[in-house]
Amino acid sequence: MNIIEIKDLVKIYDSTEIEVTAVNHINLNFEKGEFSAVVGPSGSGKTTFLNLLGGLDRPTAGHIMIDGIDLWSLKPRQITDFRLHNIGFVFQSYNLLPVLTAKENVEFIMDLQGWPKAEREKRAKELLEAVGLGDRIHSRPGKLSGGQQQRVAVARALASKPKFILADEPTANLDSHSTENLLDIMEKLNREEGITFIFSTHDARVVKKAHRVITLEDGKVLSDEKK
Amino acid sequence: MNITVIAWRNIWRNKRRTLITTASIFFGVIFAAVMSSMQEGSYSKMIDNVVKFYSGYLQIQLEDYWENKTINNTFVLTDTLLQKVHQSKEITGISPRLESFALASSDQLTKGAVIIGIDPERENKITNPEKWIIRGRYIHHGDQGVIMGNELAGYLHLDVGDTLVLLGMGYHGVNAAGKYPITGIFKNPLPQFNKTFVYMDLPLAQGLYSAPNRITSLVLMVKDHYHMPPARKALKSFIRTPYRLMSWDEMQPELVQMIASDRMGGKIMKAILYIIIAFGILGTVIMMFSERKRELGVMVSIGMQKTLLAGILFMETFYIGLLGVATGILATIPITTWFYHHPIRIAGEAAKAFLDMGVEPVFAFSLMPSVFYNQALTVFILIIIITIYPVVKTFRLDISNALRT
Ligand SMILES: Nc1ncnc2c1ncn2[C@@H]1O[C@H](COP(=O)(O)OP(=O)(O)O)[C@@H](O)[C@H]1O
Repeated sequence: MNIIEIKDLVKIYDSTEIEVTAVNHINLNFEKGEFSAVVGPSGSGKTTFLNLLGGLDRPTAGHIMIDGIDLWSLKPRQITDFRLHNIGFVFQSYNLLPVLTAKENVEFIMDLQGWPKAEREKRAKELLEAVGLGDRIHSRPGKLSGGQQQRVAVARALASKPKFILADEPTANLDSHSTENLLDIMEKLNREEGITFIFSTHDARVVKKAHRVITLEDGKVLSDEKK
Repeated sequence: MNITVIAWRNIWRNKRRTLITTASIFFGVIFAAVMSSMQEGSYSKMIDNVVKFYSGYLQIQLEDYWENKTINNTFVLTDTLLQKVHQSKEITGISPRLESFALASSDQLTKGAVIIGIDPERENKITNPEKWIIRGRYIHHGDQGVIMGNELAGYLHLDVGDTLVLLGMGYHGVNAAGKYPITGIFKNPLPQFNKTFVYMDLPLAQGLYSAPNRITSLVLMVKDHYHMPPARKALKSFIRTPYRLMSWDEMQPELVQMIASDRMGGKIMKAILYIIIAFGILGTVIMMFSERKRELGVMVSIGMQKTLLAGILFMETFYIGLLGVATGILATIPITTWFYHHPIRIAGEAAKAFLDMGVEPVFAFSLMPSVFYNQALTVFILIIIITIYPVVKTFRLDISNALRT
């Protein structure tokens, strides 16, 4: 069952003197439970593609249907709400609010969703335990390593019970050990809980773990392989 | 996670910057509040001076008296009028006066003087001339003597026990002349009193001016400044032709004007001060926004509405303002309270300038609540104007751009 259907997606940046077609007529579908990597050289359009998919950047043309809803037909406020309830995000780095502890960062998103305090505390703890940070729940991000911060970000992305999680180069700033650790956790969540992950990367070790690899070049899909 | 908690923690991410910004508000508030306290205190003192030393808060006169202060514009105080005035509950003191000019002479010397016929007891409750007696004694009912200012007495080489000769024009052009023993000499803090004033018992003055039972004014007192407007309103309802009700500010337009222009001067100074402070706060706010662009982008990305984010940014600036104002006011209260109880007495040339204006040479302070809450109000208005910047920037925030920074 497709949860995402992308039709003829185009993004042209014309803010600079030269027009850049960052995403060039992409057609793709994603199913529930996927563990997919978007790869390609720097500047190939990975970030732009994920931003369009995540409702962060408005496409120039085309449609993104998520569970039958045309994402970009919504009003700005509705899109923000849509992100809150349906999409989890993990960015390259500095994902977390530095003034909140790990637990508060995870709770934060549930707070926005209006969860009662007791429930969100319980879930935040569970999620942090699931990413192996049960003993660091009261640490602020500044006191955590890059890998630990990314794991908190994954826990936060899961907290809102999203339909899928978008991760833009989540391992870009991590050493190989942390990279492996984060990937293992993501894979485990995918395998055991059926969480859908779509992540971009240009790290060969990460690509290896993906079940599906979509290669972009100049904003176009060069190849789409399922393993 | 309450947004107020996030905002509060955010301002302490850069402790030093926040402390410097709040310190600028803190010192600004102290300066502005102390200055306002001194201004308002001094104005109250000036008003008190004219009101409590001389004019009272309100006077009932004949309609033409103020423009043409002659003995002919006098009236006979009727019981009906007196009773009605008595019925106004704001009025705390009533004193009839007959005031006119006369030449005051000793054997060789003559000088112009203001003769004031008073009810000695009633007048004591209002302007309390007895308090300023430095030699001899105050006058009583039925007294045939006078009390006079020390400078006038000095000029005429007269003292207690000597005789003062008065010469003037009485009611309907009758000659007014008389000889009066001096029972007392007074020295009022305001020098023009000492140079010109002669007080005597009301019937004695009425005899001098051949104006039996007549008075120029009925002086009225209220509890303080703030009770004057309601008292005036109550009295206006029954005071009609040929009478006229005048309040101290109508009788002292120069003073009112002086206070108004001085207050304006103070406002301009405070405005300049606050504008400088506002730019300091704005600088901090701009930095706090631009260095966190990515973080703000992340917050919106994960599903925080921009309105809520703008709320956080507003709260941050609000807290900085609140800290500055609260500590500033807390620091000001002991300062102004001390000076309220220990007003600064001025000496020398500066004191003379005050006296020439008819004002006691004292820097008095006020503890009026508005002295303090005006500062709080000003800072909060500034905060609201300043937060327009981050709020507008938040609504214009392009998420994908913010994430790329
Ligand atoms: N805001 C922007 N304005 C103009 N051009 C942009 C903007 N963002 C990205 N681009 C361009 O779009 C292309 C794709 O960029 P990006 O999506 O960041 O690729 P990747 O993530 O694969 O490195 C690049 O040529 C980049 O320069």
